[in-house]
Amino acid sequence: MKNILEVKNLNKKYADFTLKNVSFTLPTGMIMGFIGENGAGKTTTIKAILNIITDYTGEINIMGLNNKTNDQKIKENIGVVLDDMFFPEVLKAQDINQIMKSIYTSWDEELFQNYLKQFNLPLKKAIKTFSKGMRKKLEIATALAHHPQLLILDEPTSGLDPVARAEVIEIFQNFIQNEKCSILLSSHQTTDLEHIADYITFINKGQIILSATCDEILNHYAIVRCTAAEFKKIKPEDYLKYRQEKYNYELLITNKKSFKQKYTTEVIDKITLDDLMVLMIKGVK
Amino acid sequence: MEIIISNSSGVPIYEQIKDQIKAKIITGELAANFMLPSIRLLAKDLHCSVITTKNAYEELEKEGFIKSVPAKGFYVARINQELAKEEQLTKMENLISEALKIAKIHQISITEIKEMIDIINEENES
Repeated sequence: MKNILEVKNLNKKYADFTLKNVSFTLPTGMIMGFIGENGAGKTTTIKAILNIITDYTGEINIMGLNNKTNDQKIKENIGVVLDDMFFPEVLKAQDINQIMKSIYTSWDEELFQNYLKQFNLPLKKAIKTFSKGMRKKLEIATALAHHPQLLILDEPTSGLDPVARAEVIEIFQNFIQNEKCSILLSSHQTTDLEHIADYITFINKGQIILSATCDEILNHYAIVRCTAAEFKKIKPEDYLKYRQEKYNYELLITNKKSFKQKYTTEVIDKITLDDLMVLMIKGVK
Repeated sequence: MEIIISNSSGVPIYEQIKDQIKAKIITGELAANFMLPSIRLLAKDLHCSVITTKNAYEELEKEGFIKSVPAKGFYVARINQELAKEEQLTKMENLISEALKIAKIHQISITEIKEMIDIINEENES
Protein backbone atom coordinates (compact mmCIF):
# COMPACT_ATOMS: atom_id res chain seq x y z
CA MET A 1 0.00 0.00 0.00
CA LYS A 2 1.62 3.20 -1.21
CA ASN A 3 -0.53 5.70 0.65
CA ILE A 4 -2.04 5.11 4.06
CA LEU A 5 -4.28 8.16 3.81
CA GLU A 6 -5.80 9.93 0.82
CA VAL A 7 -8.08 12.93 1.16
CA LYS A 8 -9.64 13.96 -2.14
CA ASN A 9 -11.67 17.10 -2.80
CA LEU A 10 -13.16 17.37 0.64
CA ASN A 11 -15.87 20.06 0.80
CA LYS A 12 -17.93 20.96 3.82
CA LYS A 13 -20.10 24.04 4.39
CA TYR A 14 -20.94 25.55 7.76
CA ALA A 15 -22.79 28.82 8.24
CA ASP A 16 -19.58 30.72 8.90
CA PHE A 17 -16.88 28.37 7.64
CA THR A 18 -16.17 26.30 4.52
CA LEU A 19 -13.71 23.52 3.79
CA LYS A 20 -12.91 23.90 0.11
CA ASN A 21 -11.42 21.16 -2.07
CA VAL A 22 -9.14 19.85 0.67
CA SER A 23 -6.84 17.23 -0.87
CA PHE A 24 -3.62 15.68 0.42
CA THR A 25 -1.89 12.33 0.57
CA LEU A 26 0.11 10.70 3.34
CA PRO A 27 2.49 8.01 2.02
CA THR A 28 2.79 4.90 4.20
CA GLY A 29 5.58 4.99 6.75
CA MET A 30 5.76 8.76 6.97
CA ILE A 31 4.91 11.52 9.44
CA MET A 32 2.84 14.45 8.21
CA GLY A 33 2.55 17.68 10.16
CA PHE A 34 -0.76 19.43 9.66
CA ILE A 35 -0.41 23.14 10.33
CA GLY A 36 -2.56 26.26 10.17
CA GLU A 37 -4.06 28.97 12.35
CA ASN A 38 -6.71 28.15 14.92
CA GLY A 39 -9.99 27.84 13.05
CA ALA A 40 -8.29 27.16 9.69
CA GLY A 41 -9.98 23.76 9.34
CA LYS A 42 -7.50 21.27 10.84
CA THR A 43 -9.91 19.74 13.34
CA THR A 44 -12.81 19.71 10.86
CA THR A 45 -10.64 17.83 8.36
CA ILE A 46 -9.53 15.36 11.03
CA LYS A 47 -13.13 14.83 12.11
CA ALA A 48 -14.11 14.08 8.51
CA ILE A 49 -11.28 11.56 8.24
CA LEU A 50 -12.53 9.90 11.42
CA ASN A 51 -16.16 9.85 10.29
CA ILE A 52 -17.16 12.07 13.21
CA ILE A 53 -18.69 14.42 10.68
CA THR A 54 -20.13 12.69 7.64
CA ASP A 55 -22.13 15.22 5.62
CA TYR A 56 -19.30 16.34 3.38
CA THR A 57 -18.58 15.78 -0.30
CA GLY A 58 -15.34 14.22 -1.46
CA GLU A 59 -13.56 10.99 -0.80
CA ILE A 60 -11.35 9.76 2.00
CA ASN A 61 -9.40 6.49 1.79
CA ILE A 62 -7.53 4.97 4.70
CA MET A 63 -5.31 1.93 4.05
CA GLY A 64 -6.85 1.90 0.58
CA LEU A 65 -10.36 1.58 2.00
CA ASN A 66 -13.16 4.12 1.83
CA ASN A 67 -13.62 5.54 5.31
CA LYS A 68 -17.43 5.56 5.20
CA THR A 69 -17.97 1.99 4.06
CA ASN A 70 -15.18 0.39 6.12
CA ASP A 71 -15.58 2.27 9.37
CA GLN A 72 -15.19 -0.72 11.68
CA LYS A 73 -12.10 -2.15 10.03
CA ILE A 74 -10.44 1.24 9.82
CA LYS A 75 -11.15 2.14 13.44
CA GLU A 76 -9.42 -1.06 14.56
CA ASN A 77 -6.31 0.13 12.79
CA ILE A 78 -6.09 3.77 13.77
CA GLY A 79 -5.15 5.42 17.03
CA VAL A 80 -6.59 8.84 17.78
CA VAL A 81 -5.84 11.71 20.12
CA LEU A 82 -8.26 14.62 19.87
CA ASP A 83 -7.80 18.11 21.18
CA ASP A 84 -10.54 17.83 23.76
CA MET A 85 -10.28 15.02 26.33
CA PHE A 86 -12.96 12.40 25.85
CA PHE A 87 -12.59 10.23 28.98
CA PRO A 88 -15.08 10.77 31.83
CA GLU A 89 -13.27 12.36 34.77
CA VAL A 90 -14.26 9.77 37.36
CA LEU A 91 -12.52 6.94 35.51
CA LYS A 92 -9.08 5.64 36.41
CA ALA A 93 -6.40 4.43 34.01
CA GLN A 94 -7.23 0.84 34.95
CA ASP A 95 -10.88 1.48 33.97
CA ILE A 96 -9.72 2.74 30.58
CA ASN A 97 -7.84 -0.51 30.19
CA GLN A 98 -10.98 -2.56 30.88
CA ILE A 99 -13.14 -0.50 28.52
CA MET A 100 -10.64 -0.55 25.67
CA LYS A 101 -10.12 -4.28 26.07
CA SER A 102 -13.77 -4.77 25.21
CA ILE A 103 -13.68 -2.32 22.29
CA TYR A 104 -10.50 -3.33 20.44
CA THR A 105 -9.80 -6.94 19.54
CA SER A 106 -6.13 -6.04 19.27
CA TRP A 107 -5.88 -4.18 22.63
CA ASP A 108 -2.47 -4.91 24.22
CA GLU A 109 -2.82 -4.68 27.97
CA GLU A 110 0.87 -5.12 28.62
CA LEU A 111 1.84 -2.41 26.16
CA PHE A 112 -0.68 -0.04 27.79
CA GLN A 113 0.78 -0.71 31.24
CA ASN A 114 4.28 -0.15 29.87
CA TYR A 115 3.31 3.25 28.51
CA LEU A 116 1.71 4.18 31.85
CA LYS A 117 4.94 3.27 33.61
CA GLN A 118 7.05 5.14 31.10
CA PHE A 119 4.86 8.24 31.49
CA ASN A 120 4.69 7.93 35.29
CA LEU A 121 0.89 7.70 35.24
CA PRO A 122 -0.93 6.13 38.22
CA LEU A 123 -3.21 3.18 37.49
CA LYS A 124 -5.60 3.75 40.37
CA LYS A 125 -6.24 7.47 40.51
CA ALA A 126 -9.25 9.22 38.98
CA ILE A 127 -8.50 11.19 35.83
CA LYS A 128 -9.90 14.34 37.45
CA THR A 129 -6.76 14.46 39.64
CA PHE A 130 -4.51 14.40 36.54
CA SER A 131 -2.68 17.49 35.29
CA LYS A 132 -3.18 18.56 31.68
CA GLY A 133 0.08 16.94 30.66
CA MET A 134 -0.86 13.67 32.38
CA ARG A 135 -4.20 13.58 30.57
CA LYS A 136 -2.49 14.08 27.23
CA LYS A 137 -0.06 11.28 27.98
CA LEU A 138 -2.90 8.97 29.00
CA GLU A 139 -4.64 9.68 25.71
CA ILE A 140 -1.47 8.96 23.77
CA ALA A 141 -0.92 5.69 25.66
CA THR A 142 -4.53 4.73 24.89
CA ALA A 143 -4.16 5.60 21.21
CA LEU A 144 -1.07 3.42 20.88
CA ALA A 145 -2.06 0.34 22.86
CA HIS A 146 -4.03 -1.49 20.17
CA HIS A 147 -1.15 -1.52 17.66
CA PRO A 148 -2.65 0.91 15.15
CA GLN A 149 -1.11 1.43 11.71
CA LEU A 150 -2.11 5.07 11.51
CA LEU A 151 -2.02 7.60 14.32
CA ILE A 152 -4.20 10.68 13.94
CA LEU A 153 -3.31 13.26 16.52
CA ASP A 154 -4.89 16.66 16.99
CA GLU A 155 -2.52 18.83 19.02
CA PRO A 156 -0.97 15.88 20.89
CA THR A 157 1.72 17.96 22.56
CA SER A 158 -0.28 21.05 23.55
CA GLY A 159 -0.02 21.65 27.27
CA LEU A 160 3.07 19.47 27.65
CA ASP A 161 6.32 20.78 29.05
CA PRO A 162 9.46 20.52 26.86
CA VAL A 163 10.68 17.33 28.56
CA ALA A 164 7.33 15.56 28.19
CA ARG A 165 7.17 16.77 24.58
CA ALA A 166 10.56 15.25 23.87
CA GLU A 167 9.33 11.95 25.40
CA VAL A 168 6.22 11.96 23.25
CA ILE A 169 8.18 12.81 20.09
CA GLU A 170 10.46 9.87 20.81
CA ILE A 171 7.45 7.60 21.13
CA PHE A 172 6.20 8.78 17.75
CA GLN A 173 9.58 8.05 16.17
CA ASN A 174 9.62 4.62 17.81
CA PHE A 175 6.15 4.01 16.43
CA ILE A 176 7.25 4.56 12.82
CA GLN A 177 10.21 2.20 13.16
CA ASN A 178 7.68 -0.20 11.69
CA GLU A 179 7.54 1.01 8.10
CA LYS A 180 3.86 0.18 7.80
CA CYS A 181 3.03 2.77 10.47
CA SER A 182 2.30 6.42 9.72
CA ILE A 183 1.28 9.55 11.63
CA LEU A 184 -0.86 12.56 10.81
CA LEU A 185 -0.47 15.18 13.51
CA SER A 186 -1.72 18.71 13.77
CA SER A 187 0.44 20.92 15.91
CA HIS A 188 1.43 24.47 16.71
CA GLN A 189 4.76 23.15 18.01
CA THR A 190 6.41 23.80 14.68
CA THR A 191 9.95 23.20 15.92
CA ASP A 192 8.95 19.63 16.81
CA LEU A 193 7.55 19.21 13.32
CA GLU A 194 10.71 20.60 11.73
CA HIS A 195 12.59 17.73 13.36
CA ILE A 196 10.36 14.75 12.80
CA ALA A 197 7.84 15.53 10.04
CA ASP A 198 8.47 14.12 6.57
CA TYR A 199 5.63 16.12 5.04
CA ILE A 200 3.99 19.41 5.92
CA THR A 201 0.43 20.21 4.90
CA PHE A 202 -0.65 23.78 5.51
CA ILE A 203 -4.33 24.71 5.64
CA ASN A 204 -5.62 28.28 5.65
CA LYS A 205 -9.25 29.44 5.71
CA GLY A 206 -10.45 25.95 4.81
CA GLN A 207 -8.09 25.49 1.88
CA ILE A 208 -4.80 23.64 1.53
CA ILE A 209 -2.23 26.23 0.52
CA LEU A 210 0.85 24.03 0.66
CA SER A 211 1.63 20.32 0.93
CA ALA A 212 5.29 19.40 0.47
CA THR A 213 8.11 17.51 2.09
CA CYS A 214 9.52 19.25 5.13
CA ASP A 215 13.02 19.01 3.65
CA GLU A 216 11.90 20.81 0.51
CA ILE A 217 10.52 23.66 2.60
CA LEU A 218 13.44 23.95 5.02
CA ASN A 219 16.17 23.55 2.38
CA HIS A 220 14.76 25.49 -0.55
CA TYR A 221 12.40 28.07 0.88
CA ALA A 222 13.91 31.13 2.54
CA ILE A 223 13.18 34.62 3.77
CA VAL A 224 14.74 37.59 2.03
CA ARG A 225 15.01 40.89 3.84
CA CYS A 226 15.76 43.95 1.76
CA THR A 227 15.26 47.70 1.30
CA ALA A 228 12.44 49.22 -0.75
CA ALA A 229 14.90 50.06 -3.53
CA GLU A 230 16.12 46.47 -3.67
CA PHE A 231 12.58 45.15 -3.53
CA LYS A 232 11.69 47.12 -6.66
CA LYS A 233 14.40 45.29 -8.61
CA ILE A 234 13.12 41.83 -7.70
CA LYS A 235 10.76 40.30 -10.24
CA PRO A 236 7.38 39.19 -8.83
CA GLU A 237 7.84 35.68 -10.26
CA ASP A 238 10.86 35.23 -7.98
CA TYR A 239 8.92 35.38 -4.74
CA LEU A 240 5.75 33.82 -3.38
CA LYS A 241 4.62 36.51 -0.93
CA TYR A 242 5.99 39.74 0.48
CA ARG A 243 5.36 41.83 3.53
CA GLN A 244 6.20 45.49 4.02
CA GLU A 245 7.66 46.03 7.46
CA LYS A 246 8.46 49.34 9.06
CA TYR A 247 12.15 49.32 8.17
CA ASN A 248 12.37 46.74 5.41
CA TYR A 249 10.63 44.26 3.13
CA GLU A 250 10.27 40.56 3.86
CA LEU A 251 9.93 38.14 0.95
CA LEU A 252 9.10 34.47 0.96
CA ILE A 253 11.05 32.69 -1.76
CA THR A 254 10.82 29.04 -2.80
CA ASN A 255 14.16 28.49 -4.49
CA LYS A 256 17.02 29.83 -2.44
CA LYS A 257 19.70 28.66 -4.85
CA SER A 258 18.42 30.27 -8.03
CA PHE A 259 17.53 33.42 -6.11
CA LYS A 260 21.13 33.70 -4.88
CA GLN A 261 22.41 33.40 -8.44
CA LYS A 262 20.08 36.09 -9.71
CA TYR A 263 20.30 38.68 -6.96
CA THR A 264 23.35 39.41 -4.87
CA THR A 265 22.77 42.06 -2.27
CA GLU A 266 19.90 40.89 -0.12
CA VAL A 267 19.89 39.12 3.22
CA ILE A 268 18.72 35.54 2.70
CA ASP A 269 17.70 33.86 5.95
CA LYS A 270 16.99 30.25 6.79
CA ILE A 271 13.26 29.70 7.13
CA THR A 272 11.31 28.23 10.04
CA LEU A 273 7.78 26.85 9.77
CA ASP A 274 6.66 29.76 11.95
CA ASP A 275 8.08 32.26 9.45
CA LEU A 276 6.43 30.35 6.63
CA MET A 277 3.02 30.45 8.33
CA VAL A 278 3.21 34.15 9.10
CA LEU A 279 4.37 35.15 5.63
CA MET A 280 1.89 32.90 3.84
CA ILE A 281 -0.98 34.34 5.87
CA LYS A 282 0.07 37.95 6.43
CA GLY A 283 2.05 38.41 3.24
CA VAL A 284 0.55 39.71 0.02
CA LYS A 285 1.21 39.49 -3.68
CA MET B 1 29.71 5.88 14.57
CA GLU B 2 29.30 9.49 15.62
CA ILE B 3 27.35 12.11 13.71
CA ILE B 4 26.94 15.70 14.85
CA ILE B 5 24.03 17.67 13.42
CA SER B 6 23.87 21.43 13.62
CA ASN B 7 20.45 22.99 13.29
CA SER B 8 21.82 26.49 12.79
CA SER B 9 24.62 25.91 10.30
CA GLY B 10 22.41 26.53 7.26
CA VAL B 11 23.70 23.33 5.63
CA PRO B 12 20.75 20.99 4.94
CA ILE B 13 20.64 18.17 7.48
CA TYR B 14 20.70 15.41 4.85
CA GLU B 15 23.90 16.96 3.51
CA GLN B 16 25.48 17.04 6.97
CA ILE B 17 24.69 13.36 7.43
CA LYS B 18 25.95 12.51 3.95
CA ASP B 19 29.21 14.44 4.33
CA GLN B 20 30.02 12.95 7.72
CA ILE B 21 29.36 9.36 6.67
CA LYS B 22 31.34 9.95 3.48
CA ALA B 23 34.29 11.30 5.47
CA LYS B 24 34.23 8.22 7.71
CA ILE B 25 34.27 5.95 4.66
CA ILE B 26 37.13 7.83 3.01
CA THR B 27 39.28 7.75 6.14
CA GLY B 28 38.52 4.07 6.60
CA GLU B 29 36.73 4.54 9.93
CA LEU B 30 33.80 2.75 8.32
CA ALA B 31 35.17 -0.27 6.49
CA ALA B 32 33.71 -1.94 3.41
CA ASN B 33 30.68 -4.12 4.13
CA PHE B 34 29.97 -2.35 7.42
CA MET B 35 26.20 -2.40 7.88
CA LEU B 36 24.75 1.06 8.37
CA PRO B 37 21.74 1.68 10.63
CA SER B 38 18.39 1.55 8.86
CA ILE B 39 16.90 4.75 7.49
CA ARG B 40 14.26 4.71 10.23
CA LEU B 41 16.60 3.97 13.10
CA LEU B 42 19.05 6.66 12.03
CA ALA B 43 16.18 9.17 11.77
CA LYS B 44 15.00 8.27 15.26
CA ASP B 45 18.45 8.49 16.80
CA LEU B 46 19.31 11.79 15.10
CA HIS B 47 15.84 13.22 15.80
CA CYS B 48 15.23 14.01 12.19
CA SER B 49 12.70 12.91 9.60
CA VAL B 50 12.81 9.65 7.65
CA ILE B 51 12.94 11.53 4.35
CA THR B 52 16.07 13.34 5.53
CA THR B 53 18.03 10.15 6.24
CA LYS B 54 16.61 8.56 3.09
CA ASN B 55 17.94 11.46 1.00
CA ALA B 56 21.35 11.16 2.64
CA TYR B 57 21.58 7.41 1.91
CA GLU B 58 20.29 7.81 -1.63
CA GLU B 59 22.97 10.37 -2.43
CA LEU B 60 25.68 8.24 -0.84
CA GLU B 61 24.50 5.33 -2.95
CA LYS B 62 24.47 7.45 -6.10
CA GLU B 63 28.06 8.51 -5.41
CA GLY B 64 29.05 4.89 -4.90
CA PHE B 65 29.96 5.07 -1.21
CA ILE B 66 27.28 2.72 0.03
CA LYS B 67 25.15 0.02 -1.54
CA SER B 68 21.67 -1.12 -0.70
CA VAL B 69 20.83 -4.78 -0.44
CA PRO B 70 17.06 -5.23 -0.88
CA ALA B 71 15.27 -6.42 2.27
CA LYS B 72 18.53 -6.23 4.22
CA GLY B 73 19.79 -2.68 4.42
CA PHE B 74 22.65 -0.41 3.51
CA TYR B 75 26.30 -1.44 3.52
CA VAL B 76 29.52 0.50 3.02
CA ALA B 77 30.74 -0.13 -0.52
CA ARG B 78 34.26 -1.13 -1.39
CA ILE B 79 35.79 2.12 -2.56
CA ASN B 80 39.15 3.14 -3.86
CA GLN B 81 40.36 5.19 -0.90
CA GLU B 82 43.16 6.81 -2.91
CA LEU B 83 40.71 7.90 -5.58
CA ALA B 84 38.21 9.20 -3.07
CA LYS B 85 40.90 11.21 -1.33
CA GLU B 86 42.12 12.53 -4.67
CA GLU B 87 38.61 13.78 -5.34
CA GLN B 88 38.58 15.71 -2.09
CA LEU B 89 42.00 17.18 -2.86
CA THR B 90 40.75 18.41 -6.25
CA LYS B 91 37.80 20.01 -4.53
CA MET B 92 40.20 21.82 -2.16
CA GLU B 93 42.46 22.89 -5.02
CA ASN B 94 39.55 24.51 -6.76
CA LEU B 95 38.55 26.43 -3.65
CA ILE B 96 42.14 27.55 -3.05
CA SER B 97 42.52 28.71 -6.69
CA GLU B 98 39.35 30.71 -6.20
CA ALA B 99 40.87 32.37 -3.10
CA LEU B 100 44.15 33.00 -4.89
CA LYS B 101 42.33 34.79 -7.71
CA ILE B 102 40.76 37.17 -5.20
CA ALA B 103 44.18 37.63 -3.56
CA LYS B 104 45.76 38.54 -6.89
CA ILE B 105 43.13 41.18 -7.68
CA HIS B 106 43.57 42.82 -4.30
CA GLN B 107 47.34 42.35 -4.17
CA ILE B 108 47.39 40.18 -1.08
CA SER B 109 50.74 38.44 -0.63
CA ILE B 110 51.23 34.71 -0.26
CA THR B 111 52.66 35.27 3.24
CA GLU B 112 49.43 36.99 4.26
CA ILE B 113 47.44 34.10 2.85
CA LYS B 114 49.49 31.56 4.80
CA GLU B 115 48.99 33.60 7.97
CA MET B 116 45.29 33.70 7.26
CA ILE B 117 45.16 29.90 6.94
CA ASP B 118 46.94 29.51 10.30
CA ILE B 119 44.53 31.93 12.00
CA ILE B 120 41.41 30.28 10.57
CA ASN B 121 42.77 26.87 11.48
CA GLU B 122 43.41 27.94 15.07
CA GLU B 123 39.95 29.47 15.34
CA ASN B 124 38.35 26.29 14.03
CA GLU B 125 40.36 24.08 16.39
CA SER B 126 39.39 26.03 19.51
